[in-house]
Amino acid sequence: MANLETNFAGIKSPNPFWLASAPPTNTGYQVMNAFRAGWGGAVWKTLGVPIVNVSSRYSAISYKNNKLMGLNNIELITDRSLEVNLKEMKEVKEKFPNNALVASMMFEKKEEWHDCIKRCEDIGIDGFELNYGCPHGMCERGMGSAVGQNPDVCERITSWVTDVATKPVIVKLTPNVTDITKPALAAQRGGASAVSLINTINSVTGINLTTMEPNPTVAGQSTHGGYCGPAVKPIALNMLAELTNHPDFKLSISGIGGIETWQDAVEYFLMGAASVQVCTAVMHYGFRIVTDLSSGVNNYLDSNNMERVVDLRGIAAKKLKKWDQLDLNYKVIAHIDPEKCISCQLCYIACEDGAHQSIALLPNSRIPLIKEDTCVGCNLCSLVCPVENCISMVEVKNKKKKLVWANHPANPSCI
Amino acid sequence: MSDINFLPVPEQSSVEKKFAKTKPMMTASEAILESSRCLFCYDAPCINACPTSIDIPMFIRQIMTKNTTGAAKTIFTQNILGKSCGQVCPTSVLCEGACVYHDLNEKPIDIGRLQAYATEHAIDNNIRLFKKGKPTGKKVAVIGAGPAGIACAHELTVMGHEVVIFEANKKAGGLNTYGVAPYKFSNEDVNREIKYISEIGFKIKTNSPIAKVSRLEKEFDVIFIGTGLGSSKKINIPGENLKGVFGATEFIHNLRAKELKVSVGKDVVVIGGGNTAIDAAVESSLLGANVTIIYRRSEKEQSAYDFEIEHAKKHNVKFIYLTSPVEILGKGNVKGLRCIKNKLKKSEIVSQKGSEFVIPCSMVIKARGQEKMTDFFKSIPKIKLNNGKVIVNKSFQTANPKYFAGGDCINGGKEVVNAVADGRDAARGIDKFLMKKNRS
Ligand SMILES: Cc1cc2nc3c(=O)[nH]c(=O)nc-3n(C[C@H](O)[C@H](O)[C@H](O)COP(=O)(O)OP(=O)(O)OC[C@H]3O[C@@H](n4cnc5c(N)ncnc54)[C@H](O)[C@@H]3O)c2cc1C
Ligand SMILES: Cc1cc2nc3c(=O)[nH]c(=O)nc-3n(C[C@H](O)[C@H](O)[C@H](O)COP(=O)(O)O)c2cc1C
Ligand code: SF4
Ligand code: SF4
Ligand code: SF4
Repeated sequence: MANLETNFAGIKSPNPFWLASAPPTNTGYQVMNAFRAGWGGAVWKTLGVPIVNVSSRYSAISYKNNKLMGLNNIELITDRSLEVNLKEMKEVKEKFPNNALVASMMFEKKEEWHDCIKRCEDIGIDGFELNYGCPHGMCERGMGSAVGQNPDVCERITSWVTDVATKPVIVKLTPNVTDITKPALAAQRGGASAVSLINTINSVTGINLTTMEPNPTVAGQSTHGGYCGPAVKPIALNMLAELTNHPDFKLSISGIGGIETWQDAVEYFLMGAASVQVCTAVMHYGFRIVTDLSSGVNNYLDSNNMERVVDLRGIAAKKLKKWDQLDLNYKVIAHIDPEKCISCQLCYIACEDGAHQSIALLPNSRIPLIKEDTCVGCNLCSLVCPVENCISMVEVKNKKKKLVWANHPANPSCI
Repeated sequence: MSDINFLPVPEQSSVEKKFAKTKPMMTASEAILESSRCLFCYDAPCINACPTSIDIPMFIRQIMTKNTTGAAKTIFTQNILGKSCGQVCPTSVLCEGACVYHDLNEKPIDIGRLQAYATEHAIDNNIRLFKKGKPTGKKVAVIGAGPAGIACAHELTVMGHEVVIFEANKKAGGLNTYGVAPYKFSNEDVNREIKYISEIGFKIKTNSPIAKVSRLEKEFDVIFIGTGLGSSKKINIPGENLKGVFGATEFIHNLRAKELKVSVGKDVVVIGGGNTAIDAAVESSLLGANVTIIYRRSEKEQSAYDFEIEHAKKHNVKFIYLTSPVEILGKGNVKGLRCIKNKLKKSEIVSQKGSEFVIPCSMVIKARGQEKMTDFFKSIPKIKLNNGKVIVNKSFQTANPKYFAGGDCINGGKEVVNAVADGRDAARGIDKFLMKKNRS
């Protein structure tokens, strides 16, 4: 059995699975149930000056049979008073001293930040997360993503916090920027111990075709929201890698966005995350999903003869290069396993109409044939094939040495 | 049997094909596709319908995430015979019968086959998921290596007790080895499963029938009785001793022991309306016989499951209802069965005078249930019986505190999964009893 204990920028927890600051961490009741179910830590629903919420609040993308491929919300930060939140956080910390409890915060004025930090430290909080990410409601008031999108403001507010906080400070980044490394480096300059990413992405999920109102509706109107859930994982993984691979960025990273299974979590670790946070998957299925997160990561580490989650950290990020570093002499072609093929011919039509006309149909067989001389090895057929491991991409060995764009004859600047 | 009315013993290759699995092993693609259909219900009805309460949505999710080892662990934690249960459970009346998809008029999740898929992964790769517990110094004897005995022995071993199973038969497994239809669970399946489970470190002594329990009392702190049921019931009509008359359980025992290489009559009549009657009928049919089942009541009262009756019909088994046997005809060998038609008055059977008729046949199989092992139980001091079934309390302890019991011998004959639940829970009862002072 591997050891899942985690030390994230000085915050210890029995495993790297934390609840993200969101509805699952609204109350002490929920967080205690989560810890009982096996979550290692929780970032409390963002504290601030209490707000008012609308009804309704969520909308989602369902893809074919799958509900909540992506979730969109127009909720704000906590709608409960600081006193109530602090009282419940204290109770949680007393009952579960070994689990990580992090306070997420969002304020306008320096004094407000300082007051909240002190009161949180008094009740024994393990760390802070600064919410610079909320893409709606709060940014119009100069908070949330309005901070995350402006590196100077980000650095200034972070330093207000790090000046007084004695516990580790995590800055939560918004993905609604063109270059994620800018606010991340600002957080580093501001003295943060870590960053977490991503918060939600600006979105409109769809429109009700009967009423012609965008979703979710509030008395016939709507507003853009924040997008999260499985659909956002690829965006988050890319941003995570950009930070992991940035030579000047040194902080620990907590990965967030679309994590639902142990495989998702492992991908985040391989891209450089030291812990992960989950919101949508818990809103969908409840705290019990942590059972498979733990057991899956454990079995994965065992099967790779690894002992701790840190052994995975960043392995895949190292293999993520700029396009011009890739080997142009490497070649794969598709191979169909006739034993597995169920003859749906989806590969054929995908290649024929959508790619490189490199799959043929034969008169006496429904099993398509790859035209090996023209197949460019794009992967499309293997991506649409409904049967596990039926189409594999097989390397065509050649004796050519690695060739990158800089040295390629087609490159006009290559001599 | 060299009677011309008997069929030759079939060839190995031909029977294997005929007895092919009714629930074949899933491929990886099937397992991923099917598992991703599961809704991951909360407080799922399928769990409540499983006598061993396996966390079904969790293990299915783990199959979906390709954490197949985790899935096997989720199953085995509740039911160490999860592999056989996946293959032999009447799932349509248990877990799958409760699946919420029925309410959408959709096919329920194929839980049994997913369960077999995950557990096969662990057995095939010999992934060790449980360890022998810290030794307690206590010794438990288990009588009978059926599902109840095996489940009890495994759980006790995990808890650190030393366990020896005494089994009368040549092979362990109980009715999994000598009763269940081979197109559900084969001899090879049983052997691999028992080898995998017992490697944790309990002993199985086969060919060791226990006649006197007093011998065990000295050496062992507790004795668990998992002896199942006895031989097929007699039907008490003339001709029962003719050659060609078999009890259903004896016929099936022989079929399994000889690995399907047995000879059956050209025409076979099976007497009875339960699942064992169906099994014997289908097995005879697969061996080449023309098979008729006679049952004294009507189709409505038949205790066999609908899916089993359908299965028999698919194999050309003929059903004659409201019919009782009167006499088995023949000199030396069976030549036919004389029957009489019945009418039901409320639930009472009234035979119709003058309605007698003869079904010509060379073989008769009696499937009217099994005897209880009353004599054996009576030899154990202070044990109390109800209709031949051993009476136990909530902890599966008998009236004699040194003895616990579970499985068919306490419930009169249910399913493998019920025996597993009993064996597991009895082990917990035994542990409490033995460790009263020592466990916090
Ligand atoms: C023909 C038939 C088909 C069935 N098909 C199915 C099915 O498809 N699915 C399903 O779920 N269930 C099925 N069942 C029921 C299922 O097999 C039983 O409920 C289950 O096996 C009971 O387990 P057990 O451990 O209590 O008893 P058994 O399986 O009967 O095991 C008892 C063991 O104790 C041994 N024993 C008895 N006395 C002694 C002694 N004095 N000393 C030493 N050893 C002794 C026996 O030899 C035997 O091995 C079927 C039953 C029959 C008869
Ligand atoms: C309804 C809802 C409310 C949220 N509220 C907050 C919040 O108060 N503070 C915060 O930092 N993030 C908030 N988030 C963002 C999540 O913490 C998380 O960053 C995001 O949902 C991506 O993770 P996921 O894909 O696992 O859901 C909220 C998300 C949702 C869906
Ligand atoms: S999920 Fe709960 S709070 Fe939300 S609409 Fe349904 S019942 Fe109301
Ligand atoms: S998509 Fe896959 S299964 Fe379908 S025809 Fe092509 S190779 Fe066969
Ligand atoms: S009831 Fe059906 S859909 Fe729901 S968890 Fe059980 S198997 Fe899955």
